[in-house]
Amino acid sequence: MELNLDITEGPKVHLKKEVLYDTLVIGGGPAGLNTALYAKRKGLNVGVITERLGGQVMDTSTVENYLGYESMTGEGLVNKFIGHVQNLQVPILKEVRVEKLDKDGDIHQVHLKNGEVYQSRTLVLATGSKPRKLGIPGEKEFSGKGVAYCAICDGPFFEGLDVVIAGGGNTAVESAIDLAKIAARVDLVHRSQFRADQVLIDQLKNYDNIHIHLDTQMQEIMGEAMVNGIKVLDRNTGEESIMNTNGIFVEIGYLPNSDAFKEYVQINDRREIIVDAFGRTNVDGVFAAGDITTIPYKQIITSAGDGAKVALAVNDYLNTHARIEAPQKVVAK
Amino acid sequence: MALLNDEIREQLSGFFKGMKEDVTLAVFTKKEACETCKEAESFMQEIETLSDKIHLEAYDFDTHQDKAKEFGVTLTPSIVLLDGEKKHQGVKFNGIPGGHEVNSFIKGIMEVSGALDSLPESQQERLKKITKPVNIKVFVTLGCPHCPGAVEKAHKLALENPNIDAEMIEAQTFGEVSNKFNVSSVPKVVINDEFEFVGNQPLDTFLEEIEKTQ
Repeated sequence: MELNLDITEGPKVHLKKEVLYDTLVIGGGPAGLNTALYAKRKGLNVGVITERLGGQVMDTSTVENYLGYESMTGEGLVNKFIGHVQNLQVPILKEVRVEKLDKDGDIHQVHLKNGEVYQSRTLVLATGSKPRKLGIPGEKEFSGKGVAYCAICDGPFFEGLDVVIAGGGNTAVESAIDLAKIAARVDLVHRSQFRADQVLIDQLKNYDNIHIHLDTQMQEIMGEAMVNGIKVLDRNTGEESIMNTNGIFVEIGYLPNSDAFKEYVQINDRREIIVDAFGRTNVDGVFAAGDITTIPYKQIITSAGDGAKVALAVNDYLNTHARIEAPQKVVAK
Repeated sequence: MALLNDEIREQLSGFFKGMKEDVTLAVFTKKEACETCKEAESFMQEIETLSDKIHLEAYDFDTHQDKAKEFGVTLTPSIVLLDGEKKHQGVKFNGIPGGHEVNSFIKGIMEVSGALDSLPESQQERLKKITKPVNIKVFVTLGCPHCPGAVEKAHKLALENPNIDAEMIEAQTFGEVSNKFNVSSVPKVVINDEFEFVGNQPLDTFLEEIEKTQ
């Protein structure tokens, strides 16, 4: 039996409502955690507020492109991040959702859905993104009834059955490989050409139960109590057909989790928070890092790196802005 | 064969030092037609050795129908966490809490022992208004990293309100129950066999669904 133990040791530090933090990081993925690490090491009073500690990396079965780690489970890698930050006694409030951000003078306030409010001189928004949906008929209706978004979680339900994977990026190809070991047949459907790394695409050949359909558009998910098929359009021939299947794994990319912030900072039409080279948003003292920003190419290592950069930018900001509650010192001669 | 290696044993015994009251693991198994019962029992035997405050009571499901009934046990293997007075607090695990689910199990032991994190006032107020019986089923797979979060929330609610009973159900061990509730994505939460949602949603979502039953 395998055990994936993940407990924190040592005394726990709690986030406190009465404290005015130097910076509060919203988000507990690679970007948020590395922001916290760098900010703490700069001597800042930093806290993390997160809905899901570890972020999306938790759902990744293997990571093979993080420098220094030839092959790690997503969870194993992110647990190292979490352990590193926790060892520095950074308070992490997890499993909470932010409702909105607000301002009281120069102080930024983070309002949680549960009614709690936390205060900080600066904010770093790093809530990453969530799986993008297909947006076709039947998807919502059959969500959790054959339509799934996490292959390592829901793969076991499709043992010996047929599944369709939607997408052509790394996640989709990895999911196809994972599911090929469980399912009877895997159909990989993508509306254009592969975006995945060639090393991954090459691995698909090793599984004769994986069937690839490129330039194929999904149109409708069908079923009764559960999914039983999907209507697709071959974009080259213009022909419509129905694929019979027991499940559909949607792996078509990500949407930024910026809903709670859109009234506070400027976002673009892709819902990304608009930032400059220092991770500054349009609001003074509010920064953003990682997948939620306009920075291109969302990768674990680029998100982590972005977090480091933004923490340093926050530190510079605090150094050049007077501490809000510190009284002016008059030096008597 | 030992299921826990030395490193995990050491980590866990250190963690269990934070327990307040004693906790009893009531383990229900069957002699026949239960593939995972033996493993569940030996896993619990190992957990018992990690703290003086953890006790094990093994029950044969068929010969201890009265106990099974008292704790609402219908599946085997099933592990019910009892508090310092050996009372059922509504915290139950159906199937082996291995893989990722070991985390919700460890957290469950701590919370039943009284080492609790308190809920925000607004949520406590809402919980006080739950006066009719509520059953929360949380379906999980052991490879699912965000399932323990949902199980922990359900158990937390059960500990805070005596009218709420919460149980983890390992979907692969209990295929029949999972099929009955059309489980194909986890975590899947089913409340009073009627209201359901998928995903490790915030506690407020649990409360909203629970309020529908009142």
